[in-house]
Amino acid sequence: MALLKVENLSKSFSGLKAVSNLDLEIMEGELVGLIGPNGAGKTTVFNLLTGVYVPTEGTISFKGKRIDGSPLYKVSHLGIARTFQNIRLFGDLPVIDNVKIAYHQHVSYNTLSGILRLPNYYRGEAEIYQKAYDLLKIFDLHEKEDELAKNLPYGQQRRLEIARALATKPSLLLLDEPAAGMNPQETQNLMELIRWIREEFALTILLIEHDMSLVMGVCERIYVLDYGMVIAHGNPDEIKSNPRVIEAYLGEEAG
Amino acid sequence: MSNMGKNKLPIVNRKNIIVLFLLLVVYGVVQILQSNGILDRFYTMTLILACIYIILAVSQNLITGFTGQLAIGHAGFMAIGAYMSAFIVVKMNGPVVGGLIFGALVAAFAGVLIGIPTLRLRGDYLAIATLGLGEIVRIIFLNWDYLGGATGFQVPKSMNWTWAFWLMVLSVVVINNFINSSHGRACISIRENEIAAEAMGINTTKYKVIAFALGAMFAGLAGGIYANYMFFIQPGTFSFLKSFEILVMVVLGGLGSITGSILGAVIMTVASALLADIPELRMVIIAVLLIIIMIFRPNGILGTKEFNLSFLNPKKKGEENGIT
Amino acid sequence: MGSVEFAAQQLINGLSLGSIYALIALGYTMVYGIIQLINFAHGDIMMVGAFIGWFCTTVLKMAFLPALIISMTITAILGMLIERIAYKPLRKSTRLAALITAIGMSFFLEYGGILVVGPQTRTFPDVFPQTLYNVGGVTFKYGDIVIILTTVVLMTILQFVIKYTRIGKAMRAVSFDKDASALMGINVDNTISATFAIGSSLAAAAGVLMGVYFNTINPLMGIMPGLKAFIAAVLGGIGIIPGAMLGGIAMGLIESIVSGLGFSTWRDAVAFLILIIVLIVKPTGLLGKNIREKV
Repeated sequence: MALLKVENLSKSFSGLKAVSNLDLEIMEGELVGLIGPNGAGKTTVFNLLTGVYVPTEGTISFKGKRIDGSPLYKVSHLGIARTFQNIRLFGDLPVIDNVKIAYHQHVSYNTLSGILRLPNYYRGEAEIYQKAYDLLKIFDLHEKEDELAKNLPYGQQRRLEIARALATKPSLLLLDEPAAGMNPQETQNLMELIRWIREEFALTILLIEHDMSLVMGVCERIYVLDYGMVIAHGNPDEIKSNPRVIEAYLGEEAG
Repeated sequence: MSNMGKNKLPIVNRKNIIVLFLLLVVYGVVQILQSNGILDRFYTMTLILACIYIILAVSQNLITGFTGQLAIGHAGFMAIGAYMSAFIVVKMNGPVVGGLIFGALVAAFAGVLIGIPTLRLRGDYLAIATLGLGEIVRIIFLNWDYLGGATGFQVPKSMNWTWAFWLMVLSVVVINNFINSSHGRACISIRENEIAAEAMGINTTKYKVIAFALGAMFAGLAGGIYANYMFFIQPGTFSFLKSFEILVMVVLGGLGSITGSILGAVIMTVASALLADIPELRMVIIAVLLIIIMIFRPNGILGTKEFNLSFLNPKKKGEENGIT
Repeated sequence: MGSVEFAAQQLINGLSLGSIYALIALGYTMVYGIIQLINFAHGDIMMVGAFIGWFCTTVLKMAFLPALIISMTITAILGMLIERIAYKPLRKSTRLAALITAIGMSFFLEYGGILVVGPQTRTFPDVFPQTLYNVGGVTFKYGDIVIILTTVVLMTILQFVIKYTRIGKAMRAVSFDKDASALMGINVDNTISATFAIGSSLAAAAGVLMGVYFNTINPLMGIMPGLKAFIAAVLGGIGIIPGAMLGGIAMGLIESIVSGLGFSTWRDAVAFLILIIVLIVKPTGLLGKNIREKV
């Protein structure tokens, strides 16, 4: 059974179709890419999948359950986590707190224990801290745990967003342009990191990316979006040689 | 934090013991000065009002500074606490503690009731909606003749320095502990970035309402202390100008800083008392100071920082800076 | 009184009161539109305008029109001064800091006013004949006509200024996009000053009209009408000029109907209740468009 199944998904904004009749299927453990020129509707798809937008038409099923129309936090509880194209960290908070907050849905004590500082508060906090710290270590951010997130360099902010998303313990991770603004070396490292976390956390990953080398290098399957529609889909080699894809991208360059 | 698992009672540490000691000193000194008659009634009243305003400012800060919701209706919750506690004490001949608890609970309930529809609003819209609701509360009491209506309501004086001080400490400790728990962090994440918070699995509506209800509850408690100390309450006391006053204390001290709110409340109360002989000039001076502080220090005196005693405990990884 | 007369009577009362609210609301909405600040001192600027009008008519024995013009001019300068001294330094800091400054400015004008002129209520002289007209059971004062006429004239001038003059076009451009306007060579600072000047002079006009209408003025008179005018601005859609006019008139009508039905002590509560309902149902106001946050 597919982990994520999207059927006939459409979204219009005041009459303008941003996504139309999208069909998408992702199997458990896959690493899938979603590419397309600027304004093709890629981020809109993410926003639909995570519940930021309610679809105009169509259905989204995750683990066999309908999730279209569910609020964001419920989608997160079901196991979909994401990063944002325009980084949305908790900028005025320390790096470690960014991760701790994402761990909140798994917290082991309740509000009252927190206020009364019962023993399980201390146990819970110690556990949250340890888990958050371990995650930061994976992303090589542990030495910056007390720094404010907004003061991190760009590349580290992107990595922190991934670490934060992982703290929600997702089974599907959506990465929105994780390599944006990174240099080739950083991108290379990121590719390895993405492969590694997929194994380590038994994840399924869907990623949006502009950097073709990254997409072609890590993704097993690719969907190409243009004007809100899937114009091609297949493995990297098929996509590379697809005339419609070439046209869509050349068209963008020319325009 | 790692060594906390080994410690059987992590609440007992050097910092907390010193804080408790300092609190006892402050309490004791005032108590002695008062019983010796060195502190006259006016100064005692100022100190008790400072305690009341600390509760109001810290609870407003929970809503505005930590959760990031600009609500200007605190006077309304204070009014509910004041009138409901007075209702229990005067009309039902109930105990004062019962009155305070009842007042705080009704205020918390009102907070939930008001919070659910209005907390969807953002920024200035939330501000004006809560300001309006606060005024509606005042107008309801103005028209409620059973509780004195426009002429006011007499309540026997039962609060004193001991009550006010320790209830203030209790309020600050509860709010501080909340802020430093995972649930408090959930509230702070709303301030930082609401959509990211939602995407990380935080039910933002729920946590906004929790913060709002908790804030309203302590505003209600402050109102109860006020009513049972001042002999007399009337709706005019709880107008939106009172909400402004509370907001000013919070911003003055620093949004997102509990110690800042305490400082802001004390500064404003003491300044008002010192200038009490020249009431009009007092307001002009306060207004000018406020404008100057905002121009030169728009994040308040402490910003989001806490004045803390963390230097008393050697720094450990991940230790929070709470006072309890 | 029959129901038709009752309705007509409340319409007249509501139009007069609503005109005053609308004039104040315009300043709120223009300032909000251009710098996204709720200028809580705006109601107090109206109070200053009323006192200048009172001074001109009682001490200087002026007629209504010159008093109105002098009051509007001086208050316009005051509005610009307030913006330059208190708000301009805060343009780059948080909106809350600016809001607190506006609250501080409001206190400053109210209590500064008490220091200067004393806390007592003053009577506005009869600048118009106090004749009551009675047409088909509906009574109205000469003042009602003056208020409505003055408001119509001022709003027409305002519309003209905003649509066709250089400064009006600059104001619209700056409220749309400050940075782009600056790049296009618009002097943003002067445009903001002009907005405060125009908004304050309209408030001053409202103040003088209020004095004429209610006959009494005092330094704290600006608080409630200021708040209600702000509600009117939100009701119509904040930042939208026709919205402020519509909202003001609507507020005036609602208030006089509620009072006319004998619930005058609940008048303010009804105003706030309507505000809250509007905010919950359509937070951008009657004439506003919904804006979505980009994710």
